[in-house]
Amino acid sequence: MIRYIYADELKNHHKLASGMFVDRADQFKTRLGWDVNVDAKGYERDEYDAENPLYVIWENEDGSHGGSMRLLPTVGATMVNDHFGHLTDGVRIESPLIWECTRFCLSRSANGRVAAALMLAGGEVMRGFNVKHYVGVFDARMVRIYRAIGSSPTILGSQGEGRNKISVGLWEFNEDARRKVAARAQISLAQSESWFNRAFGGDNIKLVSQKELACA
Amino acid sequence: MQAPKPLRLDAILKELEQASQLEHLQAATLSLREYYQIDHVVYHWVDSTGEQYGCGTYDPAWVQHYIDQGYIRVDPVVIGCYQRFHPVDWKRLDWSSKQAKQFRKEAVEYGVGNQGFSVPIRGPNGQFALFTVSHTCNDEMWAAFTEKHRRDLILIGHFLNQRALAFEPARKPEQARTLSPREIDAMTFLAMGYSRAQVADTLSISEHTLRVYIESARHKLGAINTTHAVAQALARGLIIV
Repeated sequence: MIRYIYADELKNHHKLASGMFVDRADQFKTRLGWDVNVDAKGYERDEYDAENPLYVIWENEDGSHGGSMRLLPTVGATMVNDHFGHLTDGVRIESPLIWECTRFCLSRSANGRVAAALMLAGGEVMRGFNVKHYVGVFDARMVRIYRAIGSSPTILGSQGEGRNKISVGLWEFNEDARRKVAARAQISLAQSESWFNRAFGGDNIKLVSQKELACA
Repeated sequence: MQAPKPLRLDAILKELEQASQLEHLQAATLSLREYYQIDHVVYHWVDSTGEQYGCGTYDPAWVQHYIDQGYIRVDPVVIGCYQRFHPVDWKRLDWSSKQAKQFRKEAVEYGVGNQGFSVPIRGPNGQFALFTVSHTCNDEMWAAFTEKHRRDLILIGHFLNQRALAFEPARKPEQARTLSPREIDAMTFLAMGYSRAQVADTLSISEHTLRVYIESARHKLGAINTTHAVAQALARGLIIV
């Protein structure tokens, strides 16, 4: 299932969080050879994990980490603006309607459905919170994965060659793309919405009944 | 007798742009309340040290009561939004505790309203603020209101915070946000009457990329939409056509 967890709540999801940071080390350091920090626990973490980001995580049936990504609003500190300005035409991308999506990570055991499920969840966040675009940093391997899911970004700029290529891209999400990634993830739209509502509170709580109001 | 001139959102924001003290932000909340025809509009700044500050249309007696009771530690809106960055309808918050229920009952008694929508705002150095609109109506009416206006409400909350940051002497001002050459090009062609497709073509970028550049420029200019952003850029002499 999809989980939406802010960094300060990760302490309540130890197995999932630990798996995520270990899988990130495996993906970004071991497999891609990026210059990232891995601590004594084997966790890959950077300064943006300290900004209380919102993680979107695929939790496997046994409670382990299947894949994840990290969201931050571009009105605060972002990797794209701090480190990749040369790939965005020098434009500092900044708006409450644009969020940054980074550290898109898949565990070694993850299948194509997990990547699609994460994209679908990214779409729920856009619909639920009025986000119009994501801007993200990703590696060459992800280009193929995004294409396979049917959710290719618009590439703003790239650096490096071959498997070392790093790109900054933009995503939009419409109803059509939503249905496409849902089909690829084999997850119904209703199921996807229910995971989102579970994380952010349902809509069915009556704040104050009309009767209470009449008395007030 | 002349009918009062209807308020326009861009005019309210223009006023806000000149704001140099809290009273001006207060005036903006009053105008916004009138514009949206709702019970309340509130801007609430919370410090990492728990210090609070703000302005808005709530009954001053409620504000005093809130402070006296230390409700900042009970208020599900503050608890649910602190350290977050997604906007929330109050219905989605946790009102289940006994304290929260009592708080809610009193809030309604003081005329806060039974519905609310809050936008958490992250400023620099751990600064946190909330922009809230509240009203008394049924769920369907409120859902229709927030669906229609939530984009603008998110933007307005951020403008209020930018102003509040700009004139708080103790705060480190945010780095002045200037437009990059690419954003200036995009705004210039728009001001000349080019369509988005023509601008994208002229700049050799995709329309999607252009939309993001325009959106970034709009934010930096404190504008509510593209037309307003172009007008702002012209007025500030950032672009010349």
